[in-house]
Amino acid sequence: MDALLQQFFNLDVMAQAWPLVLKGLGMTALLCLAVIPLGLGGGLLVALASLSGSRALRWSVRVFADLFRALPPLVLLILIYSGLPFAGIRLSPFAAVCLAFLLNASSFYGEIYRAGIESVGRGQWEAARSTGLTAGQAFGYVILPQAVRNVLPDLVSNTVEVVKLTSLASVVSFTELLYAADMARSVTYNASPIVLAALIYLAILWPVVRLTSRLEHRIAA
Amino acid sequence: MTDLDRFLATFLNPAVAGQYAGAIAAGVLVTIEVAVAVLVTGLALGLGLAVLRAYRIRPLNALIVIFVDVFRALPPLVVILLAYFGLPNVGVTLSAFAVLWLVLSLVLAAFAEEIVWAGILSVRKGQWDAARSTGLGFAQTLFYVVLPQAVRLAIPPLTNRAIATTKNTALGSVIGVGEIINQAQTAVAVTGNATPLLMGALAYIIVFVPVLILAGRIERRFAWRRA
Repeated sequence: MDALLQQFFNLDVMAQAWPLVLKGLGMTALLCLAVIPLGLGGGLLVALASLSGSRALRWSVRVFADLFRALPPLVLLILIYSGLPFAGIRLSPFAAVCLAFLLNASSFYGEIYRAGIESVGRGQWEAARSTGLTAGQAFGYVILPQAVRNVLPDLVSNTVEVVKLTSLASVVSFTELLYAADMARSVTYNASPIVLAALIYLAILWPVVRLTSRLEHRIAA
Repeated sequence: MTDLDRFLATFLNPAVAGQYAGAIAAGVLVTIEVAVAVLVTGLALGLGLAVLRAYRIRPLNALIVIFVDVFRALPPLVVILLAYFGLPNVGVTLSAFAVLWLVLSLVLAAFAEEIVWAGILSVRKGQWDAARSTGLGFAQTLFYVVLPQAVRLAIPPLTNRAIATTKNTALGSVIGVGEIINQAQTAVAVTGNATPLLMGALAYIIVFVPVLILAGRIERRFAWRRA
């Protein structure tokens, strides 16, 4: 029991690792601020394109979205980070992570938006257009708000997934929360810094996870 | 050598592809092994926990909810590193394969419990009352009446989550499990050529696109029956 506490909940080691881990947390926050809006925006474009009137556009977007959903995000990230330099394109870890997550997250968000948009009755669109709204206005003011409300639980839980995915950035040596904690672990030969990082992730994500299960249960009821 | 030749020699090099096809195939096998093991234990554990929760034993349910929430909120890579580097120091040494299997099973179990539980909750109370009034016991009602309906409702979200979890087998590369991307990275490091990386990506697509298509079909089918 004592060994367990020493190894996983060593307060001295945690205190020692704290400044480094805190810096990592800052980088994770920065990453989330970049990646979540990119994914939400990109996803909307993907959804629009996959519902567009042009068959060529519709199918090419769907094929790419399926491809990026089939690839594990880590594989996509490694492909971009260690594959592109062979083509003479050298990205910083931050840029590589942003690009990989833009492709991955917008494919998943795109599916969610699409389900939401399809769940809004066609009559809404026709009614909006017949009152004189332009296509853009009808979509922005009438369709999208209802679509988003219908799929809100999915959007939130996908955002939780994206935040969790940022931990993958550690694999390409981007000094986010997990990377910082793992660095501290390898210096101290003690797993407590990773426990510290886990506690930080929990503190941030647990409330959101609770919220999503509440939202989902309410929908089911 | 033109630019195109150089590009092909770097990304689609037949010699390198031939040399490492075996390694990538071995990686595919490992990926499938871990995935199947995780699916079996994860889904079984998740289903078991949901059934246990239906008995509504307060302290037990609190523990289940905490377990589920923790594993839904933590990034799997964090848990993998924690188990792989932390456990040996307290006398528990597991192979990288075992760590990957164990952690992903727990993650899948957490999500599966949540999904099946939502399914159980969405079975109307009248079903319980009707079954009990025909003389079925609590367990009989749960297993013969409620659970079959709950599992049916749970199948579409369950397939999605199962796919997401099996894709996480790629995380094993970080602790040295010789799955697809690990084999590919090793080959890239040895040859200084990007071909194995593309082969790895292609292998994932070959493995997972049929699974995605199948999942879409399952989803539509069960959605239709529900309506």
